[in-house]
Formats: sequence, structure tokens, C-alpha cells
Amino acid sequence: MEMEIPYTVEERPDTGLYNGKLGIWLFLASEFMLFGALFSALIMMRTGAISWPHGYTLLNVPLATLNTFVLIASSVTVVLAWANFRLGDFAKGRMYLIATLACGFGFMIIKAIEYGTKFSHHLYPAENNFYAIYYTMTGLHGLHVVGGMIVFAYLIWPGAKLWSHDRQRYINRVETTGLYWHFVDLVWIFLFPTLYLL
Amino acid sequence: MAVKRQIRVGKSWMSPKEAEVALREALRAQKEEERAHGHAHSFWRTYVFSIDHKVIGIQYALTALSFLLIGFGMMLLMRWQLGWPGQPIPGVGGMLGEANAPGGIMLPEFYNSLGAMHGTIMVFLGIVPLAVGAFGNYVVPLQIGAPDMAFPKLNMASYWTFLPGGVIILLSFLAPGGAPNSGWTSYPPLSVIATHGQTFWLVGMVFLITSSLLGSVNFIVTIIQLRAPGLTYMRLPFFVWAQLVTAFLLLLAFPPLEAAAVLQLMDRLADTSFFMPSGLVVGGQVVEIAGGGNPLLWQHLFWFLAHPEVYVLILPALGIIAEVIANNTRKPLWGYRAMVFATVFLGFMSFVVWAHHMFMTGMGTALSAFFQTTTMIISVPSVVILTALFISLWGGSIRFNTPMLFALAFLPMFGIGGLTGLPLGLAAADIHLHDTYYVIGHFHYVVAPGTIFAMFAGIYYWFPKVTGRKMSDKLGKMHFWTSLVFINGVFFPMFIQGLAGVSRRLWDGGEQYAHAGPVLHLNKFMSISAFLLLIAQVPFLINFFKSMFWGEKVGSNPWDATTIEWAAAPSPPVAHGNFHELPVVHRGPYEYNPPDENVEFLPQHVASGSGPGPGLPQHAVAP
Repeated sequence: MEMEIPYTVEERPDTGLYNGKLGIWLFLASEFMLFGALFSALIMMRTGAISWPHGYTLLNVPLATLNTFVLIASSVTVVLAWANFRLGDFAKGRMYLIATLACGFGFMIIKAIEYGTKFSHHLYPAENNFYAIYYTMTGLHGLHVVGGMIVFAYLIWPGAKLWSHDRQRYINRVETTGLYWHFVDLVWIFLFPTLYLL
Repeated sequence: MAVKRQIRVGKSWMSPKEAEVALREALRAQKEEERAHGHAHSFWRTYVFSIDHKVIGIQYALTALSFLLIGFGMMLLMRWQLGWPGQPIPGVGGMLGEANAPGGIMLPEFYNSLGAMHGTIMVFLGIVPLAVGAFGNYVVPLQIGAPDMAFPKLNMASYWTFLPGGVIILLSFLAPGGAPNSGWTSYPPLSVIATHGQTFWLVGMVFLITSSLLGSVNFIVTIIQLRAPGLTYMRLPFFVWAQLVTAFLLLLAFPPLEAAAVLQLMDRLADTSFFMPSGLVVGGQVVEIAGGGNPLLWQHLFWFLAHPEVYVLILPALGIIAEVIANNTRKPLWGYRAMVFATVFLGFMSFVVWAHHMFMTGMGTALSAFFQTTTMIISVPSVVILTALFISLWGGSIRFNTPMLFALAFLPMFGIGGLTGLPLGLAAADIHLHDTYYVIGHFHYVVAPGTIFAMFAGIYYWFPKVTGRKMSDKLGKMHFWTSLVFINGVFFPMFIQGLAGVSRRLWDGGEQYAHAGPVLHLNKFMSISAFLLLIAQVPFLINFFKSMFWGEKVGSNPWDATTIEWAAAPSPPVAHGNFHELPVVHRGPYEYNPPDENVEFLPQHVASGSGPGPGLPQHAVAP
């Protein structure tokens, strides 16, 4: 008989976690170290530089502020999606997932406008170290947003079948994706002031 | 009158229709049977894209052993050049290509490539995948009584991102300008202005880091969530503890190198200047870049990974040694709890010692003092573990089988490696020793006769679990004694050369330097030892492949071990699920000769007080 792996859906009593939830927290710990290293690089370069521009003199603060709110809104909608799934309201939960995905799209479009304006002025990463770290960090963050969007699209369309035959597993997937999404949001909350406002 | 056609099925005759029904029924039953035993998977699913942790462990083992052999081969080419500088390499010299070795004589650039690739391959593609990917994957779920890893598909993905990473790094030999040649540490600015091979290295690294991330998440979740009922943390075999701490190191230390690799890729491909200082002159020309970058930043990010990486190399090895020693001294490990706490403390401390690799960079005396202090502190838990293992031997009636010989040799070898590291951890002494052969001798004693010997111990020890057959003790002992002699012949003279001040990166082995003169003759001795070390591996290779098919067949627990991978699972374990029945754990991992019980050893899953319970062989009962 093929043995089932325990605690894929239900919680292990002594840890209070199902496998996926512990896994995503560990993954986020690793992500924390990745962005932590980049922030450390930013600090080391900025403190070591003879002169370093203020972000607000070079970057578009109003657009980035708008983007901050878009991303925060998406963090709210993903929680509402999860809550509605838990209450058993699939249609409403799915609607909130779609709203989250739309916010992700909105964020990337605004980001593309920002990048596009810079490119049209021939401001590339090679310009100076400020632009270098700006493009690297926001680019890597953007990749994380896109990654989250792919998972949301999966959960909304092909992955939604799971709802009918293994509901708890589906809800767990929404929860772990939501945790990841909050982290991506949080990274932006740090990126925005350090790159744009300081 | 119509004659009814009858078909003979088995022993009875039946009509075609009946026969068809019977055949369908039989096929269905067979399929069900196969599904029940997990054989229904196709060839690809079973051997290539398997999600069974045992198959993935074997994949890792075979790949890593191949990479170890490749890395060893590169070192032999280098050793020829060091022993006989400027002489054509016999045999293979002509095959290396005109760009690398015209007329079979190695060019300095090619020597540099081999040096960088030897380090990269041995560390990232050899030892780590073998210690963690292979032993961890195969043994951990079995030792904690789990049917598989927590995320079998991630486990498969981990191997299938590791392999492309390794292949990309190897392919760099075909890039214009050859393989990366800036050392395994890839220090900028050199690595940023280096040939295309370096880009392969960086992309390959991103693959390897992703693989290790997937693996480490999987290991931690598996160990925390899938422990069998009754298997509390202080009942975990020490090997599992070692793997748990190792997984945390991989999880948290690798991402900064990923960040650094991304930054260096940007420097190379998008012309940024993260690591490029202003006014850098290359070939008499000022490089046209924005400048203002910091080469030290790379070193910080690199060593933030690479120091914990040292413990990634050594902790699983200590885990294997602990298992083998407890099993073959037939008594519990001395100071198991102290060893566990030391391991956890070691894990924490390994994150705050990285800059002891950078005393010579001019980062400042205050920082040097800090990292010198933490380095002295981290030597304490290592000594605790090693001491506990030594004391574990005391008063045991030791079985000198092949795994135990390797384990016993590991102790003093790792001791030499560790103790010679202390002068390097002190900033003042490091000024003289930095970047000399002393450093090479030091870390090779830790990793080669240290970790690799532990890997051999592990292979000889768990081979019967994987194959159901034992490796030959006779060939094993030949392998052991010759390897022990020659490996010391390779590495010990390096201390002497290093103390004399011979630099580690010289293509001619120091011929051009007067101060190297008195110790230059050692080069030939070391090279000959290295070639003999290769020959010493022949008995191992014969033994490994021969025993797979013709080795002595053994039962499920040939070493009379107490841990459940031996005591509760068949050899080899059940294809999907490992155990016929998931075990319940009743006691600590090393109950050999328990004082209150009338048995020679008490497996973890046997209920107490019942004497020899189910699964306990008769000969375990003491006479």
C-alpha cells in the first residue's frame, strides 16, 4: 500500500502547522535574507559613496506612492479572499482573488511606465550606482510580483477545481500564497522609502 | 451442429467470451497489485523524474560522486604542472586542446581555470550534494520514520535544478576564453573583467542556490513535521540533528550569495559598478564605467555564505561519524545532548565569523578584532563534538569494520584540520599564513581526509540499506589504508610549504621564488602521492559496482543497529512509503547494551520491558 505523507492538509498537533505553511515561512525566511543582503549592499554603497543623490530628485514619487497603495490594497483583498473561502463562499472569495491579481497587474503597469520614462531618457543601470541598485532591487521585486500573479492566476482558473473535491487543501493554498504576497508587499514597503524618499 | 470453440485458459477450457472476461479480470488484478506496490510508474517516473526520496538520494549520490571524480581529475592535472612545471602532461596532455595546453604543456590561464573549477566543483557539485542531497535525502526520512520527504515534487525539482546548474558550470570550459579563472571565490574586479566563463559560473550558481533552497525547506519541514510518533527532538539520531542545522545554514546563508551573483551578473552584463571602483586601470586603460563600487562588498556577501558553507561541509560528516561510532562501539554516544547543543550553537555562530577570511583586505582592525573573537568562540563547539566522539570510544568493544575504520581515521584528520585553522583565525598570525599553501593544507584536512572520509564511512555503512548487499571488507580495507597514507602524503607537506611562505596560486609551484627553494622538492612528493591516491580509489570503484550485483546478501539490519532506518525498514526499503508499517518510537537513538535490559541492543521502535519485542532478532538477546 502506498503511504500518504502526513500533515499535508491537517495540522500536526504539536507544531500546529500543516507542512505547506511551515514550508512557506521557511521560504520567506530565505527571501528575507536575499533582500536583506541587497538592502545591506545599498547601505554599504550609499555610506561609502562620495555623493549619493536623493531618490526624490530622480524618481517619480507620486507614481510610486500610488503603487504603494495599489499593493497594500492587494494585501487586503487577498486576506478577504481567504476569509471568504473559509466561510465557504467560493464566488466571493474568487472575486477577491481576481481583484488581487488585478492589483498586481496595476502595479506592474505603473512600474512599466516608470521604467519606460527612465529608458526614454537613456537612464539605464550603467548610469550610476543609484540607478544600478534601483533597477536591480525593483526589478527583483517585480519578478516576485509576477511570480505571485502566476500563482493567483492558477488558483483562480485551473487550480480552482480543487475547491470541489479537497476544499481545505485549496484554502491552505490560498493562505500560503497570501503569506508570500504579504512578504512581497512588505519588501515594497521598505523599498519605497529607501529608494524614493530618502 | 455448431461446435463451440473453446480456448484453454490456465487449466480450464472456456468460451472466447469467458476467456476475454477472465483475461480482463486478471489484467485488472495485476494492475491493482502493481499500483499497490508502487510499480505502476513508468521507467521515467521511476528512475529519472522520480519523487521517491530514495531514488533522488541515489541520483544525487551518483551525480556527486561523478563530480568528485572530475574535480579530482582536474587537481591531478594541476599537480602534474606543480611537480613538473613546463613539462608536457603525459597521456592526456594532447587532449586538452591547443588553447589550454599547446604541445601538452599547461598554460597559466588554464591552470587558473582548473583551480577555480576544482574548488567550485568539489564544494558545490561534489561534497554538498553528496552530504546533504544524497545522505540527507536517503537517510533522514528513514531515520525519523517518515514515508517520504514532506514535499516529494519539490525534492525532484531540487535535483533537476541542481543538475543543470552543474552542467552549465562544466560547459563553461567550451566558452570563449575558457572556464572561469578568478578562483572559486570569484573576487571582483578580476571576476567582472574576466572571460565569458565567469558568466556561466554565475548563472550556474543561481541554479545551484535555487536547488539548495528547495532542498533545505524540504529537509526542515520533513524533520519538524514528519517525525514518527514518540520521536521527540532529544530522541533524534545525531545525524538528523546535523542535517537539520545544515538545512538552516543552507536556507539562510545561500541567499546573500544569490544576491551577490545577481549583482555581479549586472556588473558583467549591464555594465553597472557594484563591485568596480572608480579609476580602475586594466591593460593600461582606464575602464569606462560609472565606478564608485566596492570590491569588498562582494567579499562580505560571498563569505557570508561561504563560511556557513564550511559547516555545511562538515556537519553532515560529523553526523555520519556519530552514527558509525555509536553502532560500532556498541554503546551510546558520550554526551549526546552536549553534542546537539554544540551543533545548534555552531550553527548560530557560523553566521558571525565570515570576515576572518578578510583580515588582509584592510577592512580595519576593529572589525578584525571582532571576527577574531567570534572565530575563537566557534572553535569551542567543534571541539566539544570531536571530544564527545573521542570519549565515546572509551571502554567500547570496537568492531573494526570498513565504515568504522574511516570513522576512526576521520577523528584525528579532522582534528589536524581544525587545530591548524586556529592560527588562521588570529589576525596577526594570518598575516604570514594568508594565501599560502598552509591555508590549502588546513581546509583540505577538514574536507578531504575529514569530510570525504566520512562520506566513505557513510557509503560503506548504508550501502546494505540501499542495495540489500554488503560491500567487501577486504577491498574496503585496501581502499582505506592506502587512501589514509597517500592523502596525508598529499596534504601534510602543504603545511611545511605554507609556513615557508609559498603562495597558493602559483602556476609553477613557486619555482621563481627564492624563498620557496628549500621546500620546492616537496612538490614532486605531493604530486606522486596524489597519483597514488587515484590508484587507491580503484578498489573502491571495483567494490562499489561489484557489490551492487554480487555483494554478500544481508538481512535488513546487518550492523545490529538501533536506529529505525535499520531496525524497522527492510533493505532496500519499500519503494514508496519505506516501511511496511509506520514505526512508533519508544526511546533514544543509541540504546546499545542497556543496563536494565537483557539484550545487546534495543531498537528505537521496540516497546520497553517486553524483552526482545517484534522486529528484534534472536541473537540480540545477551547470553
